[in-house]
Amino acid sequence: MYRSLLLLLALALGGLSSVRAELTIEVTGGVEGAQPIAVVPFGAAQGLAPPVDVAAVIAADLARTGRFRAMPTREMLTTPHRPEQVDLREWRLLGINSLVIGEVVPGSLAGFQINSVLFDVFSGDQLAALSMPASAAGMRLAAHRLADAIYEELTGQQGVFSTRIAYVTVEAEGDGRRTTLRVADADGHNPQTTVSSREPIMSPAWTPDGRRLAYVSFENGRSNIYLQELASGRRELLASYRGINGSPAFSPDGNRLAMTLSKDGNAEIYVLDLITRELRRLTDHYAIDTEPAFSPDGNTIVFTSDRGGQPQIYRVSSAGGTAERVTFRNDYNARASFAPDGRSLALVTRVDGRFRIARLDLVRNDLQLLSGGPLDESPSFAPNGSMIIYATRHNGRGVLAATSVDGSVTQRLSQEASEVREPAWSPFVE
Amino acid sequence: MDRSVRTVLSIALIALVLGGCGTTPKPPKAPETSSPAHGAMTAGIDSDQALQPAPWENPTSPIYRRVIYFGYDRSDIPSEYVPLLRTHADWLARHPDNRVTIEGHTDERGTREYNLALGDQRANAVRRFLIAEGVREAQLDTLSYGEEKPSSPGQGESSWSRNRRAELDYQGG
Repeated sequence: MYRSLLLLLALALGGLSSVRAELTIEVTGGVEGAQPIAVVPFGAAQGLAPPVDVAAVIAADLARTGRFRAMPTREMLTTPHRPEQVDLREWRLLGINSLVIGEVVPGSLAGFQINSVLFDVFSGDQLAALSMPASAAGMRLAAHRLADAIYEELTGQQGVFSTRIAYVTVEAEGDGRRTTLRVADADGHNPQTTVSSREPIMSPAWTPDGRRLAYVSFENGRSNIYLQELASGRRELLASYRGINGSPAFSPDGNRLAMTLSKDGNAEIYVLDLITRELRRLTDHYAIDTEPAFSPDGNTIVFTSDRGGQPQIYRVSSAGGTAERVTFRNDYNARASFAPDGRSLALVTRVDGRFRIARLDLVRNDLQLLSGGPLDESPSFAPNGSMIIYATRHNGRGVLAATSVDGSVTQRLSQEASEVREPAWSPFVE
Repeated sequence: MDRSVRTVLSIALIALVLGGCGTTPKPPKAPETSSPAHGAMTAGIDSDQALQPAPWENPTSPIYRRVIYFGYDRSDIPSEYVPLLRTHADWLARHPDNRVTIEGHTDERGTREYNLALGDQRANAVRRFLIAEGVREAQLDTLSYGEEKPSSPGQGESSWSRNRRAELDYQGG
């Protein structure tokens, strides 16, 4: 009896700690007039017990964007699962613009199949009929993919609900700290540990296929760059030169890695050809050159340099050549990365002593501040360019925040009892 | 939390407390002769000399002070630290078997990778100074932690000024 109670206690506590290791997302600001949408709880074929509430996942995904207001289930008058059960007049009276219904049926491919239909309530049109195979373990991902398709149908923009986020957490451990690089679904669920160490871990960077992460780890006592395959955990030591090895960033085709090394005396940008293993130096200046990022066409690299006396963003051809300055407003601009369309940069800028996230429109040369600071850093674009995730502080603790690129929608992502920092949004994953 | 789970938890907690009150006899504690865990090292002291702290750990030694501090976003050595670094250079020149790792650190402001490079610049500034003062290159190593290992965890200038530093980490010869 005593032993089984202890076991229960251990299970209960274990369950609690696994909940704590998850990122929780709060929407902290939304657009005026979010679109009302109803995602009706999905039906299930007789004898089938789907392990995931697919409708709840879709509704939460859409609501988190701040662009949709999901109707609470208890306010629904009926719960249709198939088109012939839908009476659109009823949803019109409830003031709903879009309606999602669906059901989970046995599937030959993966065990389950999810069928879903999206209605425009006012026109009466079926906007989309979606069908997706899913295994029990893959049902959350299938739900995110359905949400992606619904979002794209309603907004014209590809959804990012099925993408992932890499981030670093820091927790007290004994007299020291434990640093962990994690990868979670874009809604914070399903966090997986990539690497964990008593020494610092920094600067996660996705390969363009979304299967591997490069990162900086001090586990050998110095900053080294590793490349790790997420599925297998296998990894390779990519750079362990004398001095610093930092700022890994992949070219869009995944064949080249830009990074910062100080092996030749001070921090310079180098490009490693991952196929030939040829290492080429790109910058040559006694000032700090670091934080390289490729343009989406792979032809340009932007980087941070204090060659003008203070950190500013410069650009150089990825084949080498003369660097030209990109930023002129504010006395500190750093850690730039390109939007997926290549027309703007996300960066950290200092205004009145506060480090804030900003977006620099490269076409109109217009700098738009997106966060308040004072210690915001590590901006990373969502792969559809709609949002920027970054690290900030809230109530004295490191948390992540995400903002739409127009600043109208904001979210906070935090993990209880942990510092969270250095988010990197994954590319689209097949 | 579900009520039944809560009840089970309270019962389990009571059981734990009761257990802790000594109703279950504990096995006698083993004498602590086991090998050290987690890679800790133990060593016997084989001479009286070993009782003396290393010069860099002895508060009366001229090389006991081993940290120099920098201005914001600066890596030039402030003039007030020149005498201290000369003392270290003299000592290292007279002790060619000793090595020192110069650790460069920054405060938390600014981006992490820029700070990693700034910490590297600070460590290298100290290294160049020591070499100019006659220390052999083979005695010196540099290591930047950027902003990752603050010595003062707080925010505000009083913490930041203590975190913008280079530390001389001596190894025995």
